[in-house]
Amino acid sequence: MTGRIFACIAHRGGVVDDSALELLAAAKEIDATASLTAIAVGVGSNLDAACSSLQVSYQEVWKIANEALAYPNAELVRQALVRVLPANCTVLMPQDHFGIDLAPGLSIKLNAAFVPDAVAIDGVEGNSLKLVRQEFSGQVSAHVACDLSSGAVINIRPGAFKPETVVPIAGVVVDKSAGVGALSAKRRYVETMVAEASDVDITKHSVLVSIGRGIQEKDNVSLADELAEVLGAAVSCSRPVADAKWLDKSRQVGSSGKTVKPKLYLACGISGAFQHLAGIKGSPLLIAINKNPKAPIFQVADVGIVDDLLEFLPLLTEKARELRGVAAR
Amino acid sequence: MEILVCIRRVPDTSENEIELNAQGNDIERDELVYSVNEPDNYAVEEALQIRDRVGGSVTVVTVGNEEDDEILRRELAMGANQAVLLSDEGFDGSDGRGIATILKNFVQQGHYDLILTGVQADDGAAQVGGMLAAMLDYPFASLVNSITVEDGMLKVSREIEGGNREINEIELPCVLSIQTGINEPRYVGMRGIRQVASVPIPRIGAPDLGVEKSGVGQTAAKIRRVDYFVPVQGKGAEILHGSREENADRVLELVAANGGLK
Amino acid sequence: MVGTLSASQSADWIVSGRNLFLAIHALGITAFFYIVARRLMPLLHAQSDPRFDQPAKRIGKVLQFWLGQWKHPRYKFAGVMHILIFAGFILLALRAFSLLIVGVSPDFVMPGFSSKTGHIYDFVTDYAATVVFLCMVVAAARRIVFKPARYAVPARFGKSHTADAVFLLGLIALLMVADSAYAASHTVQLMRRGLPSEPLGFLSLAWVLQVAFGKMSLPTLSGLVASAYLTHEIAFYFLLCYRPFGIQFHVETSLFSVYFAKLTRGTVKPARWDVPDDRLDQVKSLGVKTFEDFTWKHMLDFYSCADCGRCADNCPSNAVGRPLAPRFLTIKARDYAFQRYPVFGKSHSGIALVGNVYSEDEIWSCTTCGACEEECPLLVEYIDKIVDLRRGLIDDGNVPQSLQKPLKALESRGNPYGKMEKKRAGWTKSPELQNSAKVKVLDGRDDADTLYFVDSITSYDDRMQSIGRATARILSEVGTNFGILGAGEKDSGHEVRRFGEEMLFAALRDHNTEAIKESGVERIVTADPHAYNALKHDYKDLPPVEHISQVIAREVKSGNLQLSPVADENKVYAYHDPCYLGRHNQVYDDPRTVLDAIPGLKRVEMTRSRDRSFCCGGGGLMLFYEPKEEERMGVVRVRMAAESGANVIVTACPFCMANIEDAIKVAGLEGKMSVIDLAELVDQQMIRAACPEELEVAICGGQ
Repeated sequence: MTGRIFACIAHRGGVVDDSALELLAAAKEIDATASLTAIAVGVGSNLDAACSSLQVSYQEVWKIANEALAYPNAELVRQALVRVLPANCTVLMPQDHFGIDLAPGLSIKLNAAFVPDAVAIDGVEGNSLKLVRQEFSGQVSAHVACDLSSGAVINIRPGAFKPETVVPIAGVVVDKSAGVGALSAKRRYVETMVAEASDVDITKHSVLVSIGRGIQEKDNVSLADELAEVLGAAVSCSRPVADAKWLDKSRQVGSSGKTVKPKLYLACGISGAFQHLAGIKGSPLLIAINKNPKAPIFQVADVGIVDDLLEFLPLLTEKARELRGVAAR
Repeated sequence: MEILVCIRRVPDTSENEIELNAQGNDIERDELVYSVNEPDNYAVEEALQIRDRVGGSVTVVTVGNEEDDEILRRELAMGANQAVLLSDEGFDGSDGRGIATILKNFVQQGHYDLILTGVQADDGAAQVGGMLAAMLDYPFASLVNSITVEDGMLKVSREIEGGNREINEIELPCVLSIQTGINEPRYVGMRGIRQVASVPIPRIGAPDLGVEKSGVGQTAAKIRRVDYFVPVQGKGAEILHGSREENADRVLELVAANGGLK
Repeated sequence: MVGTLSASQSADWIVSGRNLFLAIHALGITAFFYIVARRLMPLLHAQSDPRFDQPAKRIGKVLQFWLGQWKHPRYKFAGVMHILIFAGFILLALRAFSLLIVGVSPDFVMPGFSSKTGHIYDFVTDYAATVVFLCMVVAAARRIVFKPARYAVPARFGKSHTADAVFLLGLIALLMVADSAYAASHTVQLMRRGLPSEPLGFLSLAWVLQVAFGKMSLPTLSGLVASAYLTHEIAFYFLLCYRPFGIQFHVETSLFSVYFAKLTRGTVKPARWDVPDDRLDQVKSLGVKTFEDFTWKHMLDFYSCADCGRCADNCPSNAVGRPLAPRFLTIKARDYAFQRYPVFGKSHSGIALVGNVYSEDEIWSCTTCGACEEECPLLVEYIDKIVDLRRGLIDDGNVPQSLQKPLKALESRGNPYGKMEKKRAGWTKSPELQNSAKVKVLDGRDDADTLYFVDSITSYDDRMQSIGRATARILSEVGTNFGILGAGEKDSGHEVRRFGEEMLFAALRDHNTEAIKESGVERIVTADPHAYNALKHDYKDLPPVEHISQVIAREVKSGNLQLSPVADENKVYAYHDPCYLGRHNQVYDDPRTVLDAIPGLKRVEMTRSRDRSFCCGGGGLMLFYEPKEEERMGVVRVRMAAESGANVIVTACPFCMANIEDAIKVAGLEGKMSVIDLAELVDQQMIRAACPEELEVAICGGQ
């Protein structure tokens, strides 16, 4: 038995995060019959707007308004949640920078089990929830059993659970603010420093040539530049390339980089770690080129080519130039 | 500042090929090369840099067994002041909460101003740091990519989406989980490791830590890994099996049909 | 003058000036010895360096490189000039000494130089002084007007050295003029007084001055003699004492820098000469971090640099705009030594070199190609210093991130790619090899008399495995009973050592040495010049090592291996000498013999070939380093090949292959230039004697 299921929803400027519907889908897979509640914290009209959009998909929405929660500081949010959540419930949230910040500590304070980064739900057997996680950067999957007897906090991998088309319902917003009281924490939010804008905004391009560790060295980045130029695309990358400073951080696609919504995404030498894939939205045509036939990217790509990108890209560039009638330089 | 860094020994994913073993219940560990979890290594480097700036000492600790000696020694060679191994049969099979409980007991025996962990290890759980903080009632911040020491507190930035950074002030004592890329870890050569070969690494078991066996280990674990498996490819990608030329042509067809080559 | 006619015959000026001259002698000599003693101070506190062995060999080097000026003609014009100046100095030495002594002891005649010998000597040295003087004028004109590129000082290295150089040239010229003026005025004086005099060399400087002085009155002449003498003595001592303050110190130190020069090629000095390998752990600090960590010979090198710029002119790093120029590695250290150990004032020791004198990139930029050492006329050493500096950086953990991963992989997996040991022999299982040669793995179940040491890049890199296969087929074809170590082989450690990780190198070396000994082979062959150099020089007590080009050359010469004619008439081949096969090990001819044995093969030589070959970019760990440069060495080399008229580059090193293949693409010369390894070419051209199926060798499974 899962008890009540709660979904922690992130929102910004009154707009609810995509993860809200993913959590809904995950919750349904855990227990379609359990009572499902969305929780949104914040303050003012933004919070109200968020709750309004949530009540269209969630039967119950708990609104927690508190001045201290104007910015979602995980330390304060945890305090608030602990004060309002019932015992032995199941709490869901996405495995993103906020979920990583909040969930582990929350599970301790709730004395609940904690499952990080779940990618699939197998089902509930008595007091045991069976799920699937991945380890070793996605090279191997694991079946995991979670003891639900004292509740559970479960982080859901973003993008792992496809939201179903939602039939609008008339959910109810319940104001739980009173039950929270005064909040204080030893961590204080100061400000958000926005990343410097660079001359290329990859979020605005509809075709991206994206490179990963497989590009091997900085000098090979030019192979991607040349291909992108002839395709009319921009060059983006995964984390290792940005960490190595072969490309500016503004080119990084992923949960700690940019979120892109292209029509076509060429993943070259990218293994397919979920943190990277999390940055790709809108279901583009994903073509993967990778030397390793077992690379996880091939599980999510639409089209795959097992080849050495250092050989394949120049050939693509050459052929593309022929197609465009441009002489090779 | 007294800094504690919690580290872990993991298979080196970039140098290993992770495959299932013959029985199918674990990964093939025979020829794996192990090393310090990369984010933990960044955490140790950060601790060393803070210590060198403001004074104090750096202790590295891990929950494990004698195989973990090599990583503790590597971090000693890197410059840590001392290393501790928390080891007991009863710790085996602990889940994240169990590990955090063991560490909590260790922390409470000493006095540490700052506790660091790497943001996550090979299992992608990213949990021990946050759990430890909650157990100790210390404030916590994850995905930290810069630390500035101020009076009695730290100013830290967290890595959030879009390359943006969330700036927080956090009081000491606190727990932080460190993201890769926060610094450039120094190199540890063979000579350095040899020089610390005979430094004693104390080994502390359950009774000395005051850990209740019922709270840790296999039996207390709420999360249990049942098995490892490699999922059937299922839908997956349509792999092109033509020659390189043919594949390139096909790719360009798709590119043209989807908005490229304009 | 040295000759019979002593100065006393017109001695009044000498008598009156004697005390002055004596005082100048005393002052000059004392000052010189004091200065030299101060200069030697840091050497007394330096690291030990055993250079007192093999005196016969060392004297031989002195005769060849110091007296024989062997390296100077590599730059023809300057080289010939220097030989003339050097010869002049040597010849004039006795004359100068005599002249100095005469001021104090007017009757002095150099022993053995009375009468005829003396005459001839004086006559010859009249011309010597003239030649030196003219060389000074030409040299100054070169410096001021023609400004050869290699003398230029890039802004980041400080001010131009031209003023100082011209000043010194002027001083030497003055010395020659003073000497000649003395000879001329003294001769005129003697003649005027009706005393016997020696004829001066016709049209020599002295002769010209004699003509100019011919009509002067005796009192004027007297004054001229005295002032010429005084000028000579002051100029001589000024130069003597000034030389240790700059590049001219090489006049004194060159004899020693050549005598104490390194006798071996291709080697790297041990981390500490005075500490055995197994005790290195106990040493507090390894490598060169402060100036005092250098050995005394290295410090002597800093003093001995003549600032000729030939090293930097040939340095590939310098050519592509990396922060390194060997000349300034030396000049900066010398300036540092002068500043911290001044002749007048207190010495200071101990600040870190990297960060204050050198930048890290400067130290990591070196490919250890050896072009600098090959060029230096004073036999100044560079590679050992760079390796020592790298050892210091490694000891401090100060290693570029791009190198940390391959180093760690070398430690845990024995290869810089981090690939699994059991896959090291994977290349032998390729279908292309199965039908043409079977490669034994010497793991105890099988043995052979020859080991083919493959090394990491040829074992693991998809492209380079073809060199491995070609080598295996060649060895099979010529009937060699060979095998490989397979998973038991680790990286030779050649670059590991040259990048300063001495301990890791020692571990790799010990592992490989044991494996080689256990295999029982009697000889080793490799197609990798870095492995060749390591096994030959860095390893000890191994069976003899050869490079595959040497094996092929021998088989071709004996007729055992036949090569078919080239298929494509339009191909023009240029052989690129790999640094570790050519320059460091002087294997220049064997690869060329092989190429010339291919009927119809058109071969051209690049301008920079043999010991002047231009490094492709470096091997081993250098492939992982991300340098700051304006362009790639490989690209520069590929353009050199194109300029020589070639459209195929032949090389005999997998790292050269990697760099050049890449460079062809970067240079945009695909389709116009190609590259092939010597082994691959021979494999392609060799006429097979036996059918593959008849080859005896059996596979013994890998590990």
